[in-house]
Amino acid sequence: MTTYLLLAMAVPVVGAGFIALLRRSPNAREAASLVTAGALFAIVLRIHGAVSGGARPEVVLAEPLPGIRIALEAEPLGVLFALIASFLWIVTTAYSIGYMRGHHEKNQTRFYLFFAFAIASVMGVAFAGNLFTLFAFYEVLSLATFPLVTHAGTEKAKRAGRVYLGVLFSTSVVFQLLGIIWVYAIAGTVDFEPGGILRGNVAAGLVPVLLGLFVFGIGKAAVMPFHRWLPAAMVAPTPVSALLHAVAVVKAGVFAVLKITVYVFGIEFVAETGASVWLMWAAAATIILGSLVAFTRDNLKARLAYSTVSQLSYVVLGAMLANGLGVIGSGMHIAMHAFGKITLFFCAGAIMVAAHKSEVSQLNGLGRTMPVTFAAFLIGTLSIVGLPPTGGAWSKWFLGVGSVEAGQTGLVAVLMLSSLLSLAYLLEIPVRGFFGKEAGGHGEANGDGGAPGHDDHAHHGAPAWSVAAIAVTAAACVALFVYPEPFYRLMTMVAGQ
Amino acid sequence: MSLDLLVSHYNYWVVIFLMMVGFYILISRGNLIKKIVGLNVFQTSVFMLYISMSKVSAGTPPILVDPYGEADVLFSNPLPHVLILTAIVVGIATTSVGLALAVRIKEAYGTIEEDEINAIEARTEATG
Amino acid sequence: MSAHLPVLQVVVPLLAAPFCLFLRRGRAAWGLAVLASLASWVIALALLRRVLAEGVLSYAIGDWVPPIGIEYRVDVVNAWVLLIVSTIGAAVSLYAGTSVEREVEAPRIPLFYAAYLLCLSGLLGITITGDVFNVFVFLEISSLSAYALIALGQARRALTSAFRYLIMGSVGATFIVIGIGLLYVMTGTLNMADLAQLLPGVWDSNTVKVAYGFLAVGFCLKLALFPLHLWLPNAYTYAPSAVTAFMASTATKVAVYMLLRFFLSIFGAPFSFGVMALDRVLLPLALVAIVSMSLVAVFQVNAKRLLAYSSVAQIGYMILGLSFATATGLTATVLHLFNHALMKGALFMALGCVMYRVGSVHINAMAGLGRRMPWTMGAFVVGGLSLVGVPLTVGFVSKWYLILAALERGWWPVAVLVLLASLLALVYVWRVVEVAYFREFPGEEETREAPWTLLGPTWALVALNLYFGIDAARTADIARRAAEVLMAGIGS
Repeated sequence: MTTYLLLAMAVPVVGAGFIALLRRSPNAREAASLVTAGALFAIVLRIHGAVSGGARPEVVLAEPLPGIRIALEAEPLGVLFALIASFLWIVTTAYSIGYMRGHHEKNQTRFYLFFAFAIASVMGVAFAGNLFTLFAFYEVLSLATFPLVTHAGTEKAKRAGRVYLGVLFSTSVVFQLLGIIWVYAIAGTVDFEPGGILRGNVAAGLVPVLLGLFVFGIGKAAVMPFHRWLPAAMVAPTPVSALLHAVAVVKAGVFAVLKITVYVFGIEFVAETGASVWLMWAAAATIILGSLVAFTRDNLKARLAYSTVSQLSYVVLGAMLANGLGVIGSGMHIAMHAFGKITLFFCAGAIMVAAHKSEVSQLNGLGRTMPVTFAAFLIGTLSIVGLPPTGGAWSKWFLGVGSVEAGQTGLVAVLMLSSLLSLAYLLEIPVRGFFGKEAGGHGEANGDGGAPGHDDHAHHGAPAWSVAAIAVTAAACVALFVYPEPFYRLMTMVAGQ
Repeated sequence: MSLDLLVSHYNYWVVIFLMMVGFYILISRGNLIKKIVGLNVFQTSVFMLYISMSKVSAGTPPILVDPYGEADVLFSNPLPHVLILTAIVVGIATTSVGLALAVRIKEAYGTIEEDEINAIEARTEATG
Repeated sequence: MSAHLPVLQVVVPLLAAPFCLFLRRGRAAWGLAVLASLASWVIALALLRRVLAEGVLSYAIGDWVPPIGIEYRVDVVNAWVLLIVSTIGAAVSLYAGTSVEREVEAPRIPLFYAAYLLCLSGLLGITITGDVFNVFVFLEISSLSAYALIALGQARRALTSAFRYLIMGSVGATFIVIGIGLLYVMTGTLNMADLAQLLPGVWDSNTVKVAYGFLAVGFCLKLALFPLHLWLPNAYTYAPSAVTAFMASTATKVAVYMLLRFFLSIFGAPFSFGVMALDRVLLPLALVAIVSMSLVAVFQVNAKRLLAYSSVAQIGYMILGLSFATATGLTATVLHLFNHALMKGALFMALGCVMYRVGSVHINAMAGLGRRMPWTMGAFVVGGLSLVGVPLTVGFVSKWYLILAALERGWWPVAVLVLLASLLALVYVWRVVEVAYFREFPGEEETREAPWTLLGPTWALVALNLYFGIDAARTADIARRAAEVLMAGIGS
């Protein structure tokens, strides 16, 4: 089984090699990307099979410092994350083929290359066997995604790249690394253990501080005030925003928070010491504030970015509840939000490629020419808000019940309020698309001759590859409502430990 | 501080005086040659420190003294002398490297005055 | 033969130096310099191996028994430093062939290699000797040749930089000689092990304390501890590229070694930390050096000068490790000697490649090089990340131990400060990276990648940066043993 763990790391890297070799022939290059993605998903499925059966394969790659190893270990939470990331990589690759060609992006080889590196580091994060390995791959992920974020190479991209790397590096180095070394100094180990490694070694007063170092130090979880990088990174091409900033990067952040809470602190220990109460409210504040800011953004991708900021804190909140239901809700939300948000980003990208529209206020009536895209957007919206018949309903349910069990009824109110807010700012888009009147007055007059033709172009313009990807993820949102079983089972294994 | 201490350690006072003189020249003069002179005085004071402290009184010299004679003789410990011989060589080498550099600086800048060199450097920096 | 390894370590480059002059032709002199450097690298490896296996090696020069004669004494600490110096020496000598041909006039090239080998043997001599006056002699051999090497730089400012270094360096060396003389007055011996045994008897004497003070100032001048660092930035900026790479990775390291050897092995940790409060004096200086010099580096427009200021800041890290006065802190210091040599060597060599092709290391001159010289800039990026302390590079290993040492003492504000300063490193490294990758290339079309004779040694050091970042168990083990030896003192 350990070979599969190694393969999960090696396959994307080898795939990257092929991508670089095949740079002269775009078709072969994209085929290599797709094959790599498929192979990776098959491998992760195999690991999933073993882990569901109770196996915990483990492999040590190196020992950088005495007693501190770079080790990979598959456990249910990591498998859940790896499953989502590797599956959505296939979909995103398909989507990118349409998007990158339709949008005539430059340097496409570099794009696919670093995409593969990013996925390799995501696998490293997912299967990290200890804090050090997690941190190492976390940083590598930041570096591997930097060329993707700044893909355009413009002055704006450069500035966004500064914010991106600046925030992620500062938080991880100043808070997270300090936390890791502190844990090592206290516990003498940085391994992930069921039930945590801190109990009995540490003064109760220090636990909230340490937990805070991790929650804020994992900048990728975007808990305010360290969320600025996420909207900044939206300068990237849409497939990057979709996979990396709705799925891989941000989920690596919240996944790390959840994993550290469960396996370093231990949820019982956190609950006993009450270390997480102040962080619950930090997360709750981010949930509400993120939603409020999303309201004010007219740019579609920016609105989705702030929606992501808000939704990520649901996962953090679930971890901070420090009870079984909260952890289940937290893990489920990683999955559900991933599928919902990637659908929304795909739609935003399709609209941009086909109709060249990037602002919400420009979308009036577009739904009639791009019905599949806008229908998918509606499904994605429902899943984010947490309404049936979409998978998002399950995670919201567990988070709500978990809050009640933790005795934090105030948080239930926060969850309700935030759902209402996100319903309002997201629903505006399909509503405009389907029922809005097309821009009247001079806008119509100007494009009079070309307007129908332009719309026609839009209809045929959304690349077939992209529409297919959108359909898959939207269908997955619905399917997960009916059949959330695989993710639920994995999370009960995590919570049961 | 008693006069006795002052007198009995007079060699140290000389050394300290020379050291300060050398150091002062080194810091206060802008002329590169004068700086080297200052450095020389500074180093020489250390040579004198070594030499003067190698005088041993009331000891038994290992060589050259009539074994049946009186033990209370004033003699020089040869080791510091040898050390200082080395240090003198080093000092000469330092001086020659310093002078060679001063010559090259004169060729390159047309002056060996520190403030003028600084002015030239500032000007070239400003013009790129 | 193998019994004479300690003396061969110094003698091989020392004897090769005059032959470089006789050879007269640049290529031939280079060949000899490479041979001598590689030989001393092999010797250093063999010495480290033997010391790790057998313990301390003592070699009596000319069979004069210590403490009467001069002793070469190799333990884990200086075997380690010997390896650092000779590794960098070997890499730089390979690199110098192409780089020096471009940057130094042809008639002076044999002189260059003679001075280079003298400097190398001086540094190795300081490290290996067990006699304090011998330290001074080798110090002057290495310093005098270093002044000459720096003066060989292309810009005329190289001359003034070398002159300033000469003045400050000679003052530093003279201070050291005063300290040594006063120690001799008090103990009548120059042998390090002997001194270590005799000194505790005269701890109370003011002369010993004065000697300590002179030595401290002298060493701090030589290792460029803030605020005695003024000679360093210009010297590094205007020296030939190969010289900068060599000096930045070795000279200050050896100076730090001298400090550790004198104050911990000879005077002993109880005297240094207990009586003289060395840790409390050095701690603020180190912190100020780290923060202020990193800040200054951020605002530099010349990439070499930027890295020079970064070096002063990094020296602060080494001194910080010492000022924790614990075994973990010293482990961090000893490790960082090696790690910093690797990263700065790689970075300055990458800049040498830029100099070779572009003729300038001004940050603006590096616009668009990310595409034109991908391997050169790749080396710079990896070296820079190592400087910042990204995991899986050597920089991270150093940082780990430094923070661990701070937390062990309970000094978490120091830990936070160190981490914040590493963000400053990210800022100044990133300034260069952004220019290289985000600006359009303005120059002629012909600018190509640097030749492999430059890239080979550069990437060899880059590879070591990564290798010892991923597998630091061995280096960390050696560093810990060295730290224990230092804490215990030479007498025991």
